Amino acid sequence: MDTVTRRRFLRRAGVAGAAALAAGAGGYALSDILATAGRHDTPAGAGSLVLVTLYGGNDGLNTVIPYADSAYHAARPDLAYRPEEVLRLDDAIGLNPGMKGFAALYAQGRLAIVSGVEYPKPDHSHFRSMDIWQSASPAAPVHTGWLGRWLDGAGADPRLAVSFEPVLPVVLAGERTAGAVVPVGGDVLPRGTATATLSALGAPSAGEPPLQARAARCFADLVSVDAMLDAVPPAAAAGSPPADPTGTGGRSALAAQLDLVARCVEAGVATRAYSVSLGGFDTHADERDAQQRLLTELDTAVSAFVRRMAGSDRGRRVTVLIYSEFGRRVRANASQGTDHGTASDMFLLGAPVHGGRYGQRPSLTDLDDGDLKAGTDFRDVYAAVLAGVLGTDPGRVLSGWRGRLAGVLR
Amino acid sequence: MATATDVRHLLRRATLGPTAAEVDAAVTAGYDAALAALLTPAGTDPGATATPVPVSGPDPRPAGTPGIDRAAAQAARAAAREQVRTITAWWLERMVAARYGWVEALTFFWHGHFATSVQKVRSAALMLGQQRTFRDLGHGDFGALLGAMLRDPALVLWLDGQRNTRTAPNENLAREVMELFTLGIGHYSEADVRAAARALTGWRLDRGTGGLTLDPARHDSGTKTILGRTGDIDTAGFAAILLAQPAHAEFLAARMWYRFASRDPVPPDTLARLAGAYRPARDVTALARAVFTDPAFPGTARGLVKAPVQWLVGALRQLGVRPSALPVPVARALPAGLTALGQTLFAPPSVGGWPAGTAWLTTSATQQRLRLGTLLAGHADPAVTAALSGTGTAGRVDALARLLVLDGFTDRTRGVLERAGCDPARLLALGLASPEYAVC
Repeated sequence: MDTVTRRRFLRRAGVAGAAALAAGAGGYALSDILATAGRHDTPAGAGSLVLVTLYGGNDGLNTVIPYADSAYHAARPDLAYRPEEVLRLDDAIGLNPGMKGFAALYAQGRLAIVSGVEYPKPDHSHFRSMDIWQSASPAAPVHTGWLGRWLDGAGADPRLAVSFEPVLPVVLAGERTAGAVVPVGGDVLPRGTATATLSALGAPSAGEPPLQARAARCFADLVSVDAMLDAVPPAAAAGSPPADPTGTGGRSALAAQLDLVARCVEAGVATRAYSVSLGGFDTHADERDAQQRLLTELDTAVSAFVRRMAGSDRGRRVTVLIYSEFGRRVRANASQGTDHGTASDMFLLGAPVHGGRYGQRPSLTDLDDGDLKAGTDFRDVYAAVLAGVLGTDPGRVLSGWRGRLAGVLR
Repeated sequence: MATATDVRHLLRRATLGPTAAEVDAAVTAGYDAALAALLTPAGTDPGATATPVPVSGPDPRPAGTPGIDRAAAQAARAAAREQVRTITAWWLERMVAARYGWVEALTFFWHGHFATSVQKVRSAALMLGQQRTFRDLGHGDFGALLGAMLRDPALVLWLDGQRNTRTAPNENLAREVMELFTLGIGHYSEADVRAAARALTGWRLDRGTGGLTLDPARHDSGTKTILGRTGDIDTAGFAAILLAQPAHAEFLAARMWYRFASRDPVPPDTLARLAGAYRPARDVTALARAVFTDPAFPGTARGLVKAPVQWLVGALRQLGVRPSALPVPVARALPAGLTALGQTLFAPPSVGGWPAGTAWLTTSATQQRLRLGTLLAGHADPAVTAALSGTGTAGRVDALARLLVLDGFTDRTRGVLERAGCDPARLLALGLASPEYAVC
């Protein structure tokens, strides 16, 4: 990997598009997004993309399971699902038992599984793998994400690409601007924190240092978000611990993010790309139960979203793309320690998707020099959505990349 | 002539959160004496003595052990997670209890510089060992620290060093050492990375004992050329080459300025002064002294955003709260709160270290600071709440600023605080959440 901008990329990745953020691109309230509804600069019939990132390195082999392949069972005796446990899609593959919704959508032709998706030079460390997926630049590190670069060319209005995650992901960082971050609410405000107090703290103060002013502005944003979202549960008494900060009152974080996406889509906002995520995919392959729980959460949240989208015209123009940094290795006994981590499955769902199987699952027994053959470059999939969903020339965003996965979108 | 404001600025930057009493003592002593006391404290720190490092037992289940059934594996995994909780709680307690604030600030700095995450290392013992090295070697000759880091089991594991062999070189450690730890981008080539990887081959980690040994069979002892030097270069030789690079001093100087002074590009004359102070003995303390005495330093006040750890540790110290003295559910909310703010001890997001600046200033972080601040305010030391009672509205707000070691409040925030009523806990919570307290 080239070295030129690695450090800058990491710094900016960590700061999530620092220059753009400092210019005020990051902090948006839900009301700002909803206010774009009814704008006329969106092409008629334009689609929108929901990008779902699974953080932590999902184990692909236990998600789309080659239950009929004896090498699968031989390679991981502790972890393999028995053929009768998987949700069969065809004679060769099945889904993890937690993914009943996806299995049903596959039967309806609304789920596309692209197998053997990879990027070149697979021997990168795991934590960098996600950088490659989000920047779409495996050869030369850049500090922008592919959707951020799309945003630069699409009018550079941050509200066109929105994240509902706590921190702006690299994928939405552009050269000139960055996508909007709208935090998911549902957190409890402490008792006695009146809206008037927050608004007052959010007022600008002449001459205060820029960072302090930015800190103040967060209070104003907080008021807008709080006003827009559903009623807040009774505040915890002062002195007792706050609710689990990772939970949103019993609903999954991903479901809460997708709920906001659905509201935006149905309101007809100008946003064309949404970024949501689910974290916690374990770093070890032997946490089979934990992974199944996460996949069940993914399945529940996304299936519900896709079904909701099927009920409206605007919703039927939404495409969901799911990917992860599939960094897990096949746990083989005393084999070559081959890294299969770069080949993964991507999922596309929604009314515009032509369901079925695409790409080719790499052989589990062909361990020659770790370079998986017959794979699909991940940029082919990005190119398909850039062209088919966002109506843009993929080459401009992907440094001239010409490949494209054909047929996956209607 | 340094002012009281300059002294406050120094203490805010050179520690993880000074108390009003510490500031008073420093103002009395004067800037130079206060700086000397910070950088080279005399004797042992009673706060450190009172918070001894936990003995983290061996890994309950070293990764890759075959033949363990699932139930046993899950139990071992739970035990390992508990170990991480223990060391995290200890570190937070230590940062609050310690009187030698610069020691804690510097240790935290190295944690972010040689950023290593327990989420991949998966060993509380190895993470503690790494931190021990930061504390022992982090203030002296950087060469000693670098040499120790290249043989640190946690760092080697984190950057796949134990998978780097003569027949299958892995460039990860070599690259990050040059790019992120010593030289910076643009001061080495891809060929240097490949050759450096070869120099670092052969280390094997025994997960059971946590020991790192060099296996000659896996080490590439052939001739290599790294940054213009040719020979049979090994790990120690590689480190020596890095330290000798002209770019190294400026790189490290800039890193230190970035974290303790300002994120704006380092003024060229400042950089020259800092590098010049560092070069003779590669002395980290001399570098730090140069940062804190540079003419450009006073002007950097309020130009940094507090990292979540800084915000929380300062709040705990200033409110007189010891995590270990809190009810267990409240104590447990503190590391959880740090994670919600985006900073988990022992788990930086990548080898690039922590985010900085506006990344910490999001709406959700603001909510979280409000919640945590309210929680802490409810457990403040009675002496602290007493200082905020009964002195009249304006007096209470002034007392709050003094307590939180702020130069003052804007009229905007002062207005909010004055209207907040006379409940000290309420005042404290708003003060901790205020924009003024978010920056330093």
